[in-house]
Amino acid sequence: MNAEDNRDVIVRYTAGARINHWIVAISFVLVALSGLALFHPAFFWLTNLLGGGPWTRILHPFIGCVMIVAFYLFSLSIWRYNFFDERDWLWLRKVQDVMSNREQNVPEAGCYNAGQKLLFYSIIACLMGLLLSGIVIWRVYFSAFFPIGLIRLASLLHSFCAFVLICAIVVHVYMAIWEKGSIRAMTRGRVSLGWAWKNHRAWFREVTKSVPQK
Amino acid sequence: MALQSLDIVRRSATTLPEPEVRGAFTGQVAKLIDTTKCIGCKACQVACMEWNDLRDDIGTCTGHYDNPHDLSEHSWTLMRFTEYENPKGDLEWLIRKDGCMHCEDPGCLKACPSPGAIVQYANGIVDFHEENCIGCGYCITGCPFDIPRISKKDKKAYKCTLCSDRVAVGLEPACVKSCPTGAIVFGTKEDMKQHAAERIEDLKSRGFDQAGLYDPPGVGGTHVMYVLHHADQPELYADLPKNPKISPLVRLWKGAAKPLALFAIFATATVGFLHYIGMGPNEVDEADEEAARRELEKKP
Repeated sequence: MNAEDNRDVIVRYTAGARINHWIVAISFVLVALSGLALFHPAFFWLTNLLGGGPWTRILHPFIGCVMIVAFYLFSLSIWRYNFFDERDWLWLRKVQDVMSNREQNVPEAGCYNAGQKLLFYSIIACLMGLLLSGIVIWRVYFSAFFPIGLIRLASLLHSFCAFVLICAIVVHVYMAIWEKGSIRAMTRGRVSLGWAWKNHRAWFREVTKSVPQK
Repeated sequence: MALQSLDIVRRSATTLPEPEVRGAFTGQVAKLIDTTKCIGCKACQVACMEWNDLRDDIGTCTGHYDNPHDLSEHSWTLMRFTEYENPKGDLEWLIRKDGCMHCEDPGCLKACPSPGAIVQYANGIVDFHEENCIGCGYCITGCPFDIPRISKKDKKAYKCTLCSDRVAVGLEPACVKSCPTGAIVFGTKEDMKQHAAERIEDLKSRGFDQAGLYDPPGVGGTHVMYVLHHADQPELYADLPKNPKISPLVRLWKGAAKPLALFAIFATATVGFLHYIGMGPNEVDEADEEAARRELEKKP
């Protein structure tokens, strides 16, 4: 163990949460790339990822279901950290400072900041839209039960929700890269005291209040 | 049909031109179905089965003459029978041979995500290349006439080819050849329109004031056209749409949404990249660790 590892003392995600997150992440990458393959001809070559066009058509919806179930299970465990409070509205007004590395001007964040909470709700909404529209356009099992007008609407809605979700996840991934120390929370589960103090100070106080530190 | 054609004017999910050096210089083709001459013998259905080697399952009687009761992957054409009581109180038996209309602006081709699974030839025929079909059913979503059917066995989409294999070697479609009353004729689209005009004039002289040609402009015209006794009410003919067009939802989904969405996704990623390069990462430094430890020590 090097010196830096010794700093990672606060548990942010349990092993179960981490495994769950990476099931969601990997299935998201697979459905997003295979979905883009069917969305725009420029990406049709991505069907090779799942073994060609027909295999993409067969597997895409099942992988999507894995993603949705896994994320909804995950969301049950983090739901209570995502309620909006007054601090969050102030945080959103100060987003310019957040993005300019001037966090001293920004209200303290809890376990999640307002941006993360918005991401949480947009993922929940997008996944619900994708699930409902996806069932309608799942030709082999379900489309026969729906009128053609609804199938057309669902096709458009499915693309729209996927588009919003992809943009949201691009932001999510970028934030993890930009805010150093965050990725370790999802790979090893622990963050340093300084990371928690700097980025989620209210949460830092919360978790250090009860748990005796070494 | 074979892929070596040199007369493909449109190909699904493809952004560059296809081999199209051969044109339809003698005119595009059309099949004209004269519902006023049709006797409902179903010879066209049988001819379609024979030429294309298709055999549908033996179905069940649903109380009317339609047999089978719907199009399927094995039944690419179907006579639909409608009993219509006209305002005078007389019964009219309206019989329409249903099948692919071969739209000039095909909704199936627009919706198809698989390159080359649907093509349109210079002569106007819209053809499915099943070897490229992935079975997603988007063609059904795009079609304004409810024509393509996905096989339950191989999950590929099928529909009338307008006998593109026969037409390519100068023969007429099988249904045309078999029609005993001359209700189905085939030729250049111009000739078919002219023939239809003569038929309509004749029908009008016999009291069918509203007789007319069905060549709907909403899909750019079709390469299968009807002569109808009641051209003002095409819905009478087993719900033939009055003004079919590609749904605006499908147009948006397969039109503006594609470049806009890709642009927005790339723009989001680019903004992130520029932000990282311009602003630098948000790093936890020694001072933060120190501050955190100080705060902990303040506590009892």
